Amino acid sequence: MSHDNTNAKLIYMANQIATFFKSQPQNEAAQGVATHINKYWEPRMRRKLFEHIDNGGEGLTPLVLEAAAKIKRPEAA
Amino acid sequence: MSLIHEIDYGTPASKSEKLVTLTIDGCEVTVPEGTSIMRAAMDAGIEVPKLCASDMMDAFGSCRLCLVEIKGRAGMPASCTTPVAAGIEVSTQTPRLKDVRRGVMELYISDHPLDCLTCAANGDCELQDMAGAVGLRDVRYGYEGENHVTARNNGEINAKWLPKDESNPYFTYDPAKCIVCSRCVRACEEVQGTFALTIGGRGFDSRVSAGMAEDFMSSECVSCGACVQACPTATLTEKSVIEIGQPEHSVVTTCAYCGVGCSFKAEMRGEELVRMVPWKDGQANRGHSCVKGRFAYGYSNHKDRILNPMIREKISDPWREVTWEEAYAHVASEFRRIQYQYGRDSVGGITSSRCTNEETYLVQKLVRAGFGNNNVDTCARVCHSPTGYGLGQAFGTSAGTQNFDSVEFTDVAVIIGANPTDGHPVFASRLKKRLREGAKLIVIDPRRTDIVRSPHIEASYHLPLQPGTNVAILTSMAHVIVTEGLADEKFIRERCDWSEYEDWAAFVAEPYHSPEATEAYTGVPAELVRGAARLYATGGNGAIYYGLGVTEHSQGSTTVMAIANLSMVTGNIGRPGVGVNPLRGQNNVQGSCDMGSFPHELPGYRHISDDATRETFEKLWGVEISNEPGLRIPNMLDAAVDGTFKGIYIQGEDILQSDPDTKHVAAGLAAMECVVVHDLFLNETANYAHVFLPGSTFLEKDGTFTNAERRINRVRKVMTPKNGYPDWEVTQKLAQAMGLNWNYRHPSEIMDEIAATTPSFALVSYDYLDKLGSVQWPCNEKHPEGSPIMHVDGFVRGKGKFIRTEYVATDERTGPRFPLLLTTGRILSQYNVGAQTRRTDNVVWHAEDRLEIHPHDAEQRGIRDGDWIRLASRAGETTLRSLITDRVAPGVVYTTFHHPTTQANVITTDFSDWATNCPEYKVTAVQVMPSNGPSDWQVDYDEQARQSRRISGKLEAAE
Repeated sequence: MSHDNTNAKLIYMANQIATFFKSQPQNEAAQGVATHINKYWEPRMRRKLFEHIDNGGEGLTPLVLEAAAKIKRPEAA
Repeated sequence: MSLIHEIDYGTPASKSEKLVTLTIDGCEVTVPEGTSIMRAAMDAGIEVPKLCASDMMDAFGSCRLCLVEIKGRAGMPASCTTPVAAGIEVSTQTPRLKDVRRGVMELYISDHPLDCLTCAANGDCELQDMAGAVGLRDVRYGYEGENHVTARNNGEINAKWLPKDESNPYFTYDPAKCIVCSRCVRACEEVQGTFALTIGGRGFDSRVSAGMAEDFMSSECVSCGACVQACPTATLTEKSVIEIGQPEHSVVTTCAYCGVGCSFKAEMRGEELVRMVPWKDGQANRGHSCVKGRFAYGYSNHKDRILNPMIREKISDPWREVTWEEAYAHVASEFRRIQYQYGRDSVGGITSSRCTNEETYLVQKLVRAGFGNNNVDTCARVCHSPTGYGLGQAFGTSAGTQNFDSVEFTDVAVIIGANPTDGHPVFASRLKKRLREGAKLIVIDPRRTDIVRSPHIEASYHLPLQPGTNVAILTSMAHVIVTEGLADEKFIRERCDWSEYEDWAAFVAEPYHSPEATEAYTGVPAELVRGAARLYATGGNGAIYYGLGVTEHSQGSTTVMAIANLSMVTGNIGRPGVGVNPLRGQNNVQGSCDMGSFPHELPGYRHISDDATRETFEKLWGVEISNEPGLRIPNMLDAAVDGTFKGIYIQGEDILQSDPDTKHVAAGLAAMECVVVHDLFLNETANYAHVFLPGSTFLEKDGTFTNAERRINRVRKVMTPKNGYPDWEVTQKLAQAMGLNWNYRHPSEIMDEIAATTPSFALVSYDYLDKLGSVQWPCNEKHPEGSPIMHVDGFVRGKGKFIRTEYVATDERTGPRFPLLLTTGRILSQYNVGAQTRRTDNVVWHAEDRLEIHPHDAEQRGIRDGDWIRLASRAGETTLRSLITDRVAPGVVYTTFHHPTTQANVITTDFSDWATNCPEYKVTAVQVMPSNGPSDWQVDYDEQARQSRRISGKLEAAE
């Protein structure tokens, strides 16, 4: 499979991160996802993620959506 | 400057701590018990004549030159095989010894050619030296009798004479000059561990023989050069010495190939490199080498090297040579224009793991201080970034825990997803030596790599897992250790977080992690997993060595954590012989990571959001540094396709060939407005470049490399850069053109800045490195001599962290269309994308990438050995020739990525590690079928590459 557009890729990546943290102790999972994305995702990637979440977040796993509140929202471009 | 002559003590050092005092030629000498008399004498400065002895290997006692007399003992024992004893009185020179030695030399010389003046070893011949040392004046036997020297003897064909073997591209074997001292045979066995050489025949018929009386190229010889180095005569001689002559000065420097980081003496005549000889004091390699470091340096003079800067408007235009000033001004104005037009974050850079620490530091500084963003990344993204993440989480630092010497104390070595005999050959030789001494071996790899079974080596366990199931296997091993009560609870209570351990132990103890349960998808029989786990947990010092077969997966980071868990649960951390050892691919991949090449961290692995760290650099650089992480390489390419990333400065990397999903990389590069490639050659990435800046080789500059054991080694300039400037100077000029006030006069000043800003490098300076030879970071007030072993008294993060490692199958799955799994790797003679090694005679060993396929899979598809086949995945297709072998399991195929014409990365997909985006090179679902020619992509690509390498006013250059 080739991810044709960047959005699909970001959704895939966010879900991959969530899949790892989902297996970690329950109380750490959402914070784990958020910290990871805050530490490693460049603002325009986070911005796209939020655009997608604001549009309903289709395709994102519940843990990503739960973590969203803890992800740093970048300033508007 | 002069030639460095290393002292040969004749026999290896004794490790005994008990000292013995004896008298040699009236001098009192104190040495460790077990030392040979020969070595003790050399310690006292007395050189006993010798021919078959060398301190690189065990004493042999065949040449009968090193005889001594011991007061009160009968006869004349060989000093190499006779150990010291307390109180003995040894004489190395008596009338009787003189006579016997002269007699022995007379016999040697009676069957040796007397062409000393025209001999390649003239000036570097131990036989000649010994003839001089013993005072040989006459050979009473004459030269007419039976001999190995002349092709014809008394008019008859001399059956004992053998012609020179010139089959190896780098050295010759001239049997006529051989004195059968067996040094080459022993070097091949003891130092290299290949056992390619032997002595054939008996008595006067004895000769050195490669394989079964084959020529060197046809034998198992891996061309490491140990035999050539060991030969005391001109029997085995570098072809470069035959052609040029003996060197007159030498400089110690560091190899620029793999992450072992071997120290070499570059032996020179003027500015001409005569040969590279491994340096015995090199603490990574201890005097050994492989075919790449020892011989494959010819690329530095290759005609393909580009020596003048070049510019072009469009990538379809031919290149136009320009002055350096024009090139710098053009890049500066383009990057400024792009940033004005598309925003500050629309440009970035890639640092090189083949360049020095100093050069890498400057590139990330240029991005952070000059471009004003953190869009910098390095090739570690595609190799060991999961190591950084995984070990950082578990231990608190991302580095390997041991030095290479540690292997001498290992009892059980576990190799996971690494092929050290090909990828890290000098380390492999050291490991094999330890295995021959009795250490046990566990190999976890889909392929039966050479180390699984080779002469005098056999793995106790080989776990041939399905590609992509590393986490399942390692978690199963943890299951066995925990449920069978093999955990080292004392260590865990002292050193790790106990409640995290309990959580983890409960997790791995779940029945679904048992080897019996995971067998269904790993393909590894449960008993093998249980046996391997028990051996690792109970066999003494257990050390894990791993490579890219661990990291280059969707679950790469999780696998690294699973490895860390295993080492902690068994207490195998913090002392010699144990540890977690990532085998790094490129020479300076460790260093490039240390130097802040990642978009989220500054030098010394400090996160970009840390205010205090940023302040250190902001004060020094006089700029504000963004506190947001930048783009990683795959993110840059995505952003380029999206239209928000437009310019890139790439130093010494070839992302088009080395990175996955070539078509996507090409699309990203093609979407940019200014691609600057700084390299030795017009590499594949340069097909998409607008500016080309010529680079310099490691022979042409000063600097440091940091190897896989965190060892900072000096790189020393031995010749003037052919392109005019070392790479650090080019980056500096570029920075100046962009208005930055940089004025480094020498790389040592860059290292001083690194030391001043990075606590783990605090004491490092060129003067200090000259004094110590090399040093392993952290090197600071707390560890003034560096740190050979980490986490000795406690983990860097405090308590070691156990992390649950749930196996998640990759989404890259086989199905009816793509039923086989492709995994990729490298081969001994070639390096990375092959840009260097393909431009040397190493191509005689590996002229093309081949697809390894199991006989069963081949037969089903009607494929014979050597047939052209089509290899297709969801991402693309290519063609290459088959190699039928049962080294790969049915269902698995394997290839290398050293040749651009194969373009193995057209096949690989854009799946990547969940934590770091490290690509999943090691698992691609493919189909294989017979083919009769190159794919359309290959034809188009070749044509485009040819077009894009045109230079105005020059004839078309061949690749």
